[in-house]
Amino acid sequence: MNAVSLPLVTGPSLDSFGLDTVWVVLLKAVLIFAVLVVLTLFNIWFERRVVARMQHRIGPNVNGPFGLLQSLADGVKLALKEDIIPTRADKVVFILAPIICVVPAFVTFAVIPFGPEVTIPFTDTVTPLQLTDMPVAVLFVMAIASIGIYGIVLGGWASGSTYSLLGGLRSSAQMISYEVAMGLALISVFLFAGSVSTSEIVAAQGDLWFGLILAPAFIIYVIAMVGETNRAPFDLPEAEGELVGGFHTEYSSLKFALFFLAEYINMVTVSALATTLFLGGWHAPFGIGAIWEGANEGYWPLLWFFGKVFFFMFIFVWLRGTLPRMRYDQFMDFGWKRLIPVALGWTVLVAVMRLITIEETFDRQSLLITLGVITGLLVVAMFVPSFGAARDEAETEEPDAPAKPAGAFPVPPMPATGAVRGAAPPLTFADSGPRPGPAQAEES
Amino acid sequence: MIAFWVLAPVMVIAALGILFVRKAVHAALLLAVVMISLAMLYAALEAPFLFAVQIIVYTGAIMMLFLFVLMLVGVDASDSVVETIRGQRVLAVMVGGIFAVLLGVIVGQAGIGTAVGLGAANEGGNIEGLAEVLFSQYVLAFEATAALLITAALGAMVLAHRERLVPRETQADRAAARVRAYGEHGDHLGPLAAPGVYARHNAVDTPALLPDGSPAEQSVPTVISNRGTGRPSPSYRDVDRVVGQLQSRRDDQDPATDTVVEGSGSAARGEDA
Repeated sequence: MNAVSLPLVTGPSLDSFGLDTVWVVLLKAVLIFAVLVVLTLFNIWFERRVVARMQHRIGPNVNGPFGLLQSLADGVKLALKEDIIPTRADKVVFILAPIICVVPAFVTFAVIPFGPEVTIPFTDTVTPLQLTDMPVAVLFVMAIASIGIYGIVLGGWASGSTYSLLGGLRSSAQMISYEVAMGLALISVFLFAGSVSTSEIVAAQGDLWFGLILAPAFIIYVIAMVGETNRAPFDLPEAEGELVGGFHTEYSSLKFALFFLAEYINMVTVSALATTLFLGGWHAPFGIGAIWEGANEGYWPLLWFFGKVFFFMFIFVWLRGTLPRMRYDQFMDFGWKRLIPVALGWTVLVAVMRLITIEETFDRQSLLITLGVITGLLVVAMFVPSFGAARDEAETEEPDAPAKPAGAFPVPPMPATGAVRGAAPPLTFADSGPRPGPAQAEES
Repeated sequence: MIAFWVLAPVMVIAALGILFVRKAVHAALLLAVVMISLAMLYAALEAPFLFAVQIIVYTGAIMMLFLFVLMLVGVDASDSVVETIRGQRVLAVMVGGIFAVLLGVIVGQAGIGTAVGLGAANEGGNIEGLAEVLFSQYVLAFEATAALLITAALGAMVLAHRERLVPRETQADRAAARVRAYGEHGDHLGPLAAPGVYARHNAVDTPALLPDGSPAEQSVPTVISNRGTGRPSPSYRDVDRVVGQLQSRRDDQDPATDTVVEGSGSAARGEDA
């Protein structure tokens, strides 16, 4: 046995990683790749079928059983299309961008735990159902995801088209903004698990899921993950009416397929991360583990894991089928002015609570109730329109603003009509004989 | 050491590339390559936290800001070689020379061998060890840095802030303005016609054809119509040709219907002539 020692694996709790032989590592890597590609094909079909059902349609049902092979057919067709590189494109970056986008999408899955330690069939090799783990696994996912954003920015820039550039900037601004809220939501999980490694976070959720005890962090994460993956209702970078296709407007054939692949893998990745961090990872749900001993052993955890991932995928599709697209400024306001402050406040709360629990300064019961009330108020405050807007409206209702005191700082005069917000003033038209326009057209 | 010998050539080539590539965006990309390679070196040196933070902060945030600025400013052309600051080159050469000497001295001092003391530093976990040092021994420096960063962020916001002089135009305002324009001048109430929709081409510089056959001038983006002044745009010629064809066909059938087509045709050519 020639053990391959991965340099990143340290610490006694991560001991089960880094002991695999080369062929086991290769097998796992190839399996993850294959699973992700097949999952992408499946998810496209799944999304089309579910959203069709929500819109009282049937969806693809012709090719293969239940239309399952439709995405494969579409994928082959896409690959065989003409590959166009615009003349104004920066060729090197144009070709590089989809690759930069898709490689990190695959790499992040290396640290996602699919299950506990299992025996590989037909051998007596025991290995965890996870390619590798490291003390900073979740941070690793965030880091690699931030490299993936480069693909989008560069793809948008290299196309040499305004639509692409604006779409690329929009996507990346959105992804970076929502990554902040996402990271803040994760901190409370780290505090409770006492670790940043994915396998240890899953192990810490044997009894109680973090999604239940850290519900606000879970909600923030779920909102941020939809924003992070550029999905409806946050799919502003692909707002067709404004930007054609966003950053991939100029892409065609296989290069476009790579962007498409990356988007769907990213959806699976954030879903898998949510499963791992908040829904107990591969642990059996609903207390099945308590009734049936074998539920958390062998290959059964794969079922629970993928079940939870598909639950999130369904939420993605559900959102797309239900909600209209948000406006960009409202979306950014929501991210920076609501989501991030709430996440920050929640992090401070959790840190305080954690310290008090460890040092046992106060009675825990009363403390939990107080914190619950405060959190509830914060969540309610999130949906209240901001005070600034209310005050502005109140100001505009006054007919004439008070005159400036003498000797005030010279500023340009306000427009004669004053600041207008809220309802538009009633329209008044000058009486100038017969109206032009349609009336005239009728005459002639 | 394997990681070093693989990454070092990549980093050196990328760093040289930063100096020699023409486009600013390419240089920024190569800088990102250097940063990511540096992060991998950290990982190989058993500093996994530094590895993640290096990528998240430097590559993911700072470099991305650089890219944003480069793309929005659009520094595509090669840089100007005119000195804007007097004596800049001489100073640059001098400072560069001093830096090279400093670097040489430091590298000369450093011994080449295996890293020592990593195991002791990482005892009890990499993140835990880092937190221990950061929040006990260097907590004052940490807090001071945090205050400095917040001051800088606030300063940037204050400098970039601008008072609003005119009220923000809302969707309701725009709708009202549209209806007013319709009432007063008979302007089209709906969105502009998309270029080329009814015409023979679907290019943006081709005006759409209205139902009566005349081109809709408004359907061509103002940028293009402004740029195309001075020469008759090819699209209009096409429109004329279509009108001519229609006319000849109608001539064959019924000479009496000429007038309608002619009228719209002259309207179409009004702008060009």
